[in-house]
Amino acid sequence: MADYIIIGNGTAALGCIAGIRRVDPGTPITVISAETHPAYCRPLISYALEGRAKPEAMNARPADFYEKNGVTVLYGKRAVRIDPEAHTVQLDDGQVLPYGKLCVAAGSTPFVPPMTGLDTVGQKFSFMTMDDMLALDAAAKADSRVLIVGAGLIGLKCAEGLARRVAHITVCDLAPRVLSSILDEEGAALMQAKLEEAGLTFYLGDTVDRFDGNRAVMKRGAEVDFDLLVLAVGVRANTALIREAGGEVNRGIVTDTRMHTSLPDIYAAGDCAEGYDASIGANRVLAILPNAEMQGECAGENMAGGDCVFDRAIPMNAIGFFGLHALCAGRSLTPDEGGETIVERGPGWLKKLYVKDGLLVGFALIGCEERAGIYTSLIREKIPLDTVDFDLLKQAATSAAFSPAVRRQKYGGAV
Amino acid sequence: MKRVYVNEEWCLGCHLCEYNCAFANSGMTDMATALKGKRIFPRIHIEESDRITFAVSCRHCADPLCVKACISGALTKDEADGVIRIDRSRCVGCFTCVLVCPYGALAPGEDGVMQKCELCLKNTCGEPACVKGCPNRAIVYEER
Ligand SMILES: Cc1cc2nc3c(=O)[nH]c(=O)nc-3n(C[C@H](O)[C@H](O)[C@H](O)COP(=O)(O)OP(=O)(O)OC[C@H]3O[C@@H](n4cnc5c(N)ncnc54)[C@H](O)[C@@H]3O)c2cc1C
Repeated sequence: MADYIIIGNGTAALGCIAGIRRVDPGTPITVISAETHPAYCRPLISYALEGRAKPEAMNARPADFYEKNGVTVLYGKRAVRIDPEAHTVQLDDGQVLPYGKLCVAAGSTPFVPPMTGLDTVGQKFSFMTMDDMLALDAAAKADSRVLIVGAGLIGLKCAEGLARRVAHITVCDLAPRVLSSILDEEGAALMQAKLEEAGLTFYLGDTVDRFDGNRAVMKRGAEVDFDLLVLAVGVRANTALIREAGGEVNRGIVTDTRMHTSLPDIYAAGDCAEGYDASIGANRVLAILPNAEMQGECAGENMAGGDCVFDRAIPMNAIGFFGLHALCAGRSLTPDEGGETIVERGPGWLKKLYVKDGLLVGFALIGCEERAGIYTSLIREKIPLDTVDFDLLKQAATSAAFSPAVRRQKYGGAV
Repeated sequence: MKRVYVNEEWCLGCHLCEYNCAFANSGMTDMATALKGKRIFPRIHIEESDRITFAVSCRHCADPLCVKACISGALTKDEADGVIRIDRSRCVGCFTCVLVCPYGALAPGEDGVMQKCELCLKNTCGEPACVKGCPNRAIVYEER
């Protein structure tokens, strides 16, 4: 069998390697890695800024992983073209590599919107990679004033990482609240309060109109002086290779539930892929690490001739700042679609459970994370709520709420 | 592999397993010094409703969601013995494992870093302390 090629060397690639090796122990695998580091835990970069993770201890796998798995990594090389007919990948150095099966695990790229005067800013950064982190780490000084554009997960994690190291942090976002893609107003307000307590200043529902060197002028007129600018507006899935090869792409590379793209022998996984999201019953990019791992494994198994279907992905996020954690999964309900939202709240905590058609379809827990995975399992496994003691579950996530039969099955044998 | 199972009809809900667990993982030799008057952070916990009680600890899943979801590489499955272990020096306390574990088997310890049952194989007890100390033999350690 001809060789496997994986484009990208992140979590999805690691999952893909594991999936291939589960089925095919021997055929060589080549990984094309634009980054020059062995795969590392990308979400740790903010903890590295904070000093809670050491760059040298951020590798996602033991040092002998690639060798043990018969993987050759081409570091610092970029795939620039896929020829699906010839079954080849061309690299930026001109090399052309033939593949039997190919997986595109190329992740995403920070999106930088056109902003007036951006070219006048001296020190600007993205926050996606180890190298981004190292650059910011070297630039951040005790007297630095930092402006972060984007109050999403990446911008705010970056803020947390820098908070105790710099003089001041300002965060702005066009959205009217922080973490707008995962939290509602009430949840976002709780998280924002925590972030403000740590000294962050916010401009929400506002954004930079223009830069003039070290000064940002906001749309609503405020002026923010800064030394370091971090652009964390959002990311775009890396779909170009597949699009240019004639494959179907949307927001991400379109895949079926076996992670196969529309092109023969080409699979896609992770942040670059638009796979099946069980919570909405449609394809969507789910740019989270667990999804990258599982999609990668599924793609790998199928590349090696296995038969794996991954149709249980749901959005989920665990995100915390300064000790306050927000855990969300599934989806919330829009006012016009009916269903029921169960809300419990207290000082510093909030719990929302979204119920529709007798199923838990989503939740948001802030400051009350205990055993949240039991709620997640109700969503993932679509467990009908009339088969569990839902009144008990409303109070707390507990497996005592399952029926004796379910408990026996869940806890009585090997799983 | 041998795992810890609970026979819920025998569980008295006495919480002794939680104390034995906390003690076995305390690294101390005297139970009173280790636990008396302190809030304990056991790796097994009693689940209860008005009808039943039973003890829950890590199932050491064959295909563990927590390991796949771990953002820091702290959780791993030991391919040799099947035990899912946590390298607490790598854990950043992000709660992703808590979000995905369907059994509610991970929780932070006193220091905010996650902890979980590792079957006492590497502490001084050498075998699950919860099983050893269960007065009604409701918790067993066996192959199923
Ligand atoms: C600061 C931060 C915090 C995060 N926190 C969390 C979190 O708490 N929880 C969570 O679930 N997720 C989190 N994420 C998201 C998570 O990191 C991603 O979902 C995950 O890394 C996706 O893995 P991937 O393999 O699909 O892509 P990536 O990890 O992005 O890997 C793709 C790799 O492909 C390379 N590449 C791209 N194009 C090419 C090419 N043409 N040729 C060769 N190589 C190429 C890229 O350089 C990159 O190294 C966070 C992300 C960031 C940036």
